[in-house]
This record gives sequence, C-alpha cells and structure tokens, in this order.
Amino acid sequence: MTTLTKESGAPTSADAGAFLSVRDLRVQFKTEDGIVKAVDGLSFDLERGRTLGIVGESGSGKSVTNLTVLGLHNPQFATIDGEIVLDGQELITARERELEKLRGNKMAMIFQDPLTALSPYYTVGRQLSEPFMKHKGASKKEAKDRAIEMLTKVGIPQPKVRFDDYPHQFSGGMRQRAMIAMALMCDPDLLIADEPTTALDVTVQAQILDLLKDLQQEFGSAIIFITHDLGVISKMADDLLVMYAGRAVERGAMKEVLGAPRHPYTWGLLSSMPRLNSDIHQALTPIPGSPPSLLNPPSGCPFHPRCAFRSEVPGTLCTDTRPPLGAGRAAACHLTAEQKQTIFIDKIQPRLR
Amino acid sequence: MLRFIFRRTLGAVVILVLLTVVAFLLFFGMPRDPALLMCGKTCTPDALANIHKTLGIDKSIPEQFWIFLQGLFVGRDDFAQGPCPAPCFGYSYHTNENVWSTLIDRLPTTVSLAVGAAFLFLFVGLGSGLLAAWKRGTLIDKTFTGGAMVLSSMQIYFLGPLAMAFLVYQTHLFDQVEYTNFTKNPASWFTGLVIPWAVLSTIFAAQYTRMARSSMIEQLQEEHVRTARAKGMSRSYVFFRYAWRGSLIPIVTIFGIDIGSLLGGAIITEYTFGLPGLGQLAVEAVKFSDLPLLLGVMLFSAAMILLFNIIVDACYAFIDPRVRLS
Repeated sequence: MTTLTKESGAPTSADAGAFLSVRDLRVQFKTEDGIVKAVDGLSFDLERGRTLGIVGESGSGKSVTNLTVLGLHNPQFATIDGEIVLDGQELITARERELEKLRGNKMAMIFQDPLTALSPYYTVGRQLSEPFMKHKGASKKEAKDRAIEMLTKVGIPQPKVRFDDYPHQFSGGMRQRAMIAMALMCDPDLLIADEPTTALDVTVQAQILDLLKDLQQEFGSAIIFITHDLGVISKMADDLLVMYAGRAVERGAMKEVLGAPRHPYTWGLLSSMPRLNSDIHQALTPIPGSPPSLLNPPSGCPFHPRCAFRSEVPGTLCTDTRPPLGAGRAAACHLTAEQKQTIFIDKIQPRLR
Repeated sequence: MLRFIFRRTLGAVVILVLLTVVAFLLFFGMPRDPALLMCGKTCTPDALANIHKTLGIDKSIPEQFWIFLQGLFVGRDDFAQGPCPAPCFGYSYHTNENVWSTLIDRLPTTVSLAVGAAFLFLFVGLGSGLLAAWKRGTLIDKTFTGGAMVLSSMQIYFLGPLAMAFLVYQTHLFDQVEYTNFTKNPASWFTGLVIPWAVLSTIFAAQYTRMARSSMIEQLQEEHVRTARAKGMSRSYVFFRYAWRGSLIPIVTIFGIDIGSLLGGAIITEYTFGLPGLGQLAVEAVKFSDLPLLLGVMLFSAAMILLFNIIVDACYAFIDPRVRLS
C-alpha cells in the first residue's frame, strides 16, 4: 500500500518505506514578467509496483514536477526547493554526474510526443543502445541484442530490420512503442510516463496502456502516469493525485477519488468528461474560466475564482486562506466533510449518470 | 543522388542563361556608350560607327547575344586582337585583353582570400558560438555575444585601414599586404594575406558566432535533445552529438552562400587592400562600361554561388536522413 491511503500521520519527512518520496516541492522559474510558481508545495509518495496517476489541466505543474524528479531543469532558470528521495538518495542536491547515472537507468521517462521526442538524425537502434552501453557498460553487440529484445517486447514487427530505421520511417504508434522500449532498456525502477498516449489514436492508445501494464507486472517498476484524460487514468492508476495551479488539491486511491471525489475541481473535471453510457440529453458541464496565471496566482484557495460552491463557505475564507491538504485520502477545500458529501450526492452525481 | 545533382545542374545552367540575357539587356540600357570612351577628343560620327563595328555592337541585341552564346561553347575568331578559344567571353573594351584569361589570372587571388578567410571565420566563429551556447547566461557568453554584436556591425573599409595603420605602419608586426602566388613563395603568400584574412573574417566570424550560438540554444530546447538528457547521456555528449547535428543545417546553408559569394570576389576587401582579384575586376568593368568583362565576372560569380548551392543541398542529405529518402 502507498502512504497515500494511510490513515494518520502527515507526511513530513521522507518515509523510510517509500520508494519515491517528494516533500514540499517548489519549482519557480524566473521570467521577464516575474516569478512563475510552477509547483508550489507538492508532496507525494510512491511504492514499487504501484502506479500513481497525476491529473490536472495544462499548466497545473504535472510535467514540471516530473522533469524536476529527473533533474532536467536548468538550474540557471529554475529554483527548486524541497526534497525528492528516490530509494534513499536525495535528488535535488545530487550532483549532475550522479543524476546522469540514475537517468535512463534507475529512473526513465516516456515523453508525450513521440514525433519530436526521438532524434531525427540517428537510427532508432542507436538511440536505444546508447543508454544501455552507458549505464551497463555493454558492448555495441550486447546493446543491439538488448534493443532488439526490447523492440520485440513492445511489439515492433521485424525488430532486426527496424533497428536500423530512422524514427521518421516509423508510424506514430510505433514511435511511441520505441520510446517505451528506450525507457525500459535498463529495467528502470521508476518509470515516468508523461501523457504517453495523448498523441495517439484510441486503438493504439489502448494497446500502449496494456503494454505498460504488462511491462509493469513483469519488471515491478513504480510508474508515475501523467495525463489529463480521466478515462485513461481509470485504467492505469492505483492512486491519484489531482493537481491545480502547481498544488495537489486532492489525493487518494484512484477508485475513491473518481468514485467519491471531494474537491470542487475534481467534480468539475468529472462533469466535463463525456461518457458513452450517459443520457444524451445530459449536457457536459465545463469548469468556468481558465487556469490561473502562475505568475500571480489567486489569493487563498487558487481555485476560488472558478469555484461554484464558494458561497457555501462562510466569510472570506476562500479568498484569504489557502486550504491545507491533509494526510492520506484528502482534499484541499474549505467545505466541511458533510457539505462535500451532500453537494456531491445532490448536485454532482446526477450529472455523471 | 546522381539524378538530383544532374537536375540541379541543369537548373543552374538555365539560371545562368537567364542572367546573361538580363545582363545584356541592362547593359544596353546604360546611358553610356562604351565607344565614346575609346573614341577620344577628336571623335567624329564616322570614327564612332567604326568603333561600334569593331566592338560588334552595331548589330541587333539578339544577334549579339547569339554570337556571344556561340563563343562560350565553340570559341570565336572574329576579333582583331586574335583568336578566342572556348569559353570565349570576348576581349575587354578597355584593356583589349582576353576576358577569360584575365579571369583565370585574377582567380588565385580571390580563391586565396576566400578560402583563407573561410577557414578562419569558420573555426573562430563556430568555436566561440559553441562556447557561448555552452556557457549560456554566464559572463563568457555575454562577452562573446556582446563582442560579436560590435564586430558584426563593423565595416571592412573601416577595420582594414585601421589594421594596416596599427599592424603594418606603426608596429611593423606584419608585412605589407600583397598577393604572391602560392606556388612561387608560400611564406610570402601567407604573410601578404594575413591582414585581409583577419579583417574579412572578423565580420563573418562575428556573424557566425551569433548564428551558431542561437542555433545551438534553439536545438538544446528541442524535445529530442531533452530525451537524450533523460536517457542519462552526459551534457557534452548531448551538446555535440544531438544539438550540434541539428545546428549544422542552418550553418551549412549560410556557409554555402557566403563561400559562394566570396569566391565570386570580395569587392570591398579587395578594393580596401588593393588586391587584384575578381571583385576589383567587377568594379573596373562597371566603371568602363566593359560589357565582355562585366559578363565574364558576373557569370563566373553566379556560377560559384549556384555551384555552392548545389553542394549545400547535397550536404543536407548527409546531415539529415529525412532528406535522403524524399
């Protein structure tokens, strides 16, 4: 079980049991217009063999968080505070050389757009072999065998021939498979998948999701799965983290968060998602407004300008005070537990039918 | 690949023919009659007509053009100055010399200048551009970009005399600028050209610094470069293997254009240092309304630019595998 579903104890420092532990992460970018608070006090834990889904609109800090875990931000432009501990090793203060040894080896990333994420100048085979040769000290021949093995595993036909092809000779789905094969070359313990299926059509999407699940079972990796597609996340994740304006607003086991969500933002996400089995007269309800500027986020609860249930909270609590996110199954909202339950049952659930 | 080169060469020939037509028409639009220049003070209409006849400009323009084209391929022997083997550009109106042999005579100066300067500005420009990109945001980067900005807004006719005054006349560190044939004396070939090379390449190097830096910075933000970092490849490996490969395309493109036009004559540099190259020849040809010489220099320069364009396009195929197949 992950610490997300533990009953008590706020996660204050790195849990000895957690494989990946992120504590109070803050990522800020200095721009000409001011400081962008891309991630603002984020904490979560992840165990081996589990999948954590991170959902949220574009610009909610999902990708920034995970690029930070890999240490891919340029320290010249980004200020990073907090703690990221992977298997007992602190990553934020780690030296670049140390991170290079971990990247692609112990932790690997699958990027969103397979069209631009592979270099057009080198063969797929070479791009797959490189990390294996570097991290495992393998010879060219061994790396080639391994690459062909992985290409076979992700379902690329004729992998021996395809090894020498360039990415532009691959179809979109095959490129994404090659990306996945590349991430899995060194058996990573942590796999970060940043919207790996967004650029693909639905049938290919389903294949890729199945593939990831099979591979997780085989290798026992921990997966962070970033998406804004709740349909995809419901197939993949064990636990769920809902992000808004660089903060976690709700977390818990996937089934609980999607089945009985407690945050108005999660309600909004669910109500704006089309369903095959819903009544055709039931209109989709989008969340009004747009995500806030991270240069100048709203005071108090960052979601208050878009929140339909603000009036239920007494006084100016929503505009002055930032609601804390408790431990375990929690939602960062000033509504009381009873209010949340009644609102969800009376107003939200009927829309989801 | 061969088919590609053949097709491009054919295209280049068509462009050259069109250029010749345009140059012919423009020449006759010029307000000056070359015959008047040769006729002297005691000019009579008869003498003028006579000169027209000797120059061959009494015939109609299409006729002259046809004769000129013929001369290019099979040579001509209707000149008073003597026979003119192919490729025949005729004899200069002004100096009475065979245009083709004048071109060949002046070519080594221009080639020496262009190749030497190109070596220098490629190494210095790309080197400092790469360094600036590698050290992006640091003092080194700011110094190089600032310096490049200043130098690229300089002019050769300003830097040239300045360099001469300092390095030759005041400190005597370098020899007088002078062209010596390489085969005759390589050492004085080198010392005589150092200052023109340095001055010409300063401005180019500054532009290449800026170009290489911005192109590298752009490439380093590419997603596939980030993927390479995410695989754990070292910063230098990613920089030189992934980002540099992508930067090559804009650099090769500009370099092809630059070396092509330099081989057609670096007019300002040659004039500033009094080097007898193709650029100087071009200025003289215009000054004296010297049609054969003008056409010769122009076609030669155009051919150089077209040739390097073809070379650049062929280079793309080596750099980018996506070009190879389409």
